[in-house]
Amino acid sequence: MKAWKFGDDINTDVITPGRYTVTTDKKRLGEIAFIEYRPEFAKEVQKGDVIVAGNNFGCGSSREHSPVAIKASGISAVIAKSFARIFFRNAINIGLPLFVCEDTDKIDDGDTIEIDFKTGDIRDKTKGIVLKVKPLPAFMQKIVDSGGLVEFLRSDGYDNV
Amino acid sequence: MASTITEKNLANASHQKEASPGDFVVADVNYVMAHDSTAPLAIEAFYSITDKVFDKDRVIIVFDHFFPAPTVAGATLHQKSRKFVADQKISGFFTNGVCHQLLVEKFVSPGDVVVGADSHTCTEGALGAFTTGLGSTDIGGAMATGKCWFKVPESLKFNLTGSTRKGVYAKDVILSIVGDVGAAGALYRACEFTGDYVKNASISSRLTLCNMAIEMGGKNGIIEADQKTLEFLGGRSGKIFRSDNDAAYADELEIDVGAIEPQVALPPAVDNVEPLSAVEGRIIDQAFLGTCTNGRLEDIEVATKIIKGKKIARNVRLIVSPASEDIYFAALEKGYLQELVKAGATVCNASCGPCIGRHEGVLCEGETCVSSMNRNFTGRMGDPKADIILASPATVAASALAGKIADPRDYL
Repeated sequence: MKAWKFGDDINTDVITPGRYTVTTDKKRLGEIAFIEYRPEFAKEVQKGDVIVAGNNFGCGSSREHSPVAIKASGISAVIAKSFARIFFRNAINIGLPLFVCEDTDKIDDGDTIEIDFKTGDIRDKTKGIVLKVKPLPAFMQKIVDSGGLVEFLRSDGYDNV
Repeated sequence: MASTITEKNLANASHQKEASPGDFVVADVNYVMAHDSTAPLAIEAFYSITDKVFDKDRVIIVFDHFFPAPTVAGATLHQKSRKFVADQKISGFFTNGVCHQLLVEKFVSPGDVVVGADSHTCTEGALGAFTTGLGSTDIGGAMATGKCWFKVPESLKFNLTGSTRKGVYAKDVILSIVGDVGAAGALYRACEFTGDYVKNASISSRLTLCNMAIEMGGKNGIIEADQKTLEFLGGRSGKIFRSDNDAAYADELEIDVGAIEPQVALPPAVDNVEPLSAVEGRIIDQAFLGTCTNGRLEDIEVATKIIKGKKIARNVRLIVSPASEDIYFAALEKGYLQELVKAGATVCNASCGPCIGRHEGVLCEGETCVSSMNRNFTGRMGDPKADIILASPATVAASALAGKIADPRDYL
């Protein structure tokens, strides 16, 4: 898996500009991810690649098109120092794995990354280092384990909370 | 235990005695809103969960982001939402204003919990309610269940004291705060605005303050309801919560608004704030007055006072979008819209207008727009090589006359 490195405060207009989000077609959304900010992204991204970013990833609009586009592009996970809260919820709700990791500065663009989705250990094979991630709160982990909010609400939902 | 207004509001809605920061609660929601841009995905999520909304009178659908439809793709999304409105017999369906303004005018009461599929749903907290933006799947879930989960946020207190100087408005105050705190400075936190400036401020100005809480990463903006709020609500009533004097805050910021001068946020980030003087004289191509931030009567009034009897510069398009039908009519009745049109403005329907770059004033490469809206991100109003400068309605009006960024104090 290749790392696609981004900086701080990557906003939803950068991920999916509003002029392109007049659709719910997931394939089309995958094609427009970072269309103006990083035009090579959607063309070159390989299934399983990861996005590595700084603070406040996904800030701005509530548009769910942003995590949908990232997931549809083939990205398997986003690792960032912190996430904007609406983006964070949206990603969990639609089943795009996110990892909060304070050490993303140690990863460079193009590094080969391996994620153990069970333990959350992130291995940068290019650098030969392993980075630790912050575990999700139990409540949110339950939604993730259900397969997203829709599945969570279709099963027990809020009854057993 | 001493609590903040946000903690009390969430405790009440989740039937708990108390709610402390970090707690996960499941709250009853009073209103669930989606607009034409976010409703289609929310509807897909909703129908994956169930086939009947929890309450047809508490689900609100507003067409404001691209109404009337400017493209076939937009019309197709509208058709999908219209079918949902018809099938579910949704009573609150609107095409005559910005969603947040309509919620404020018609629905939200103090103590409510309101969730909207739009990040600026923090605006409505100015009426003393817990209101926050969510994505479409969360909104689909809330439409289905009438409930939503929240992690109770820590609160940040903004104690705003003093009075603004001439030519300085709530927009300048909140831009100054966003510049100081930064785009992630209030991440996950409740932004509580208090102090004598807030108490003396109009509801319109309070809405402007809360509107931009999200630009600091805030979860919600909130202002304790008072007599002014009750008068604004007319017959609507709710539960008024107040922060205890000894409530715990993540941080308390003291801000003397009398020290603030007209502000601008320069592209490409809302926290890239400078005093207006930093860009005074920069040539503009478009000036936009409107949106959930600054499209209210008070904003149109201040702009009209500056523009009345004059002509806007030949190099400028001035676009005006009143934030709701009520505001549109009030501005007509007072003669404001007529004055603005005589000066050369184009008045659009009550909606988001060109704020998200889909119609009614799209920018091309190399152009600059001074706008009363809340975001100046790359490509937001059109070409990614166009620039957006955020400012107060007074600065927008003065700049439209001058054809370049101008200080409103020279026109008042």
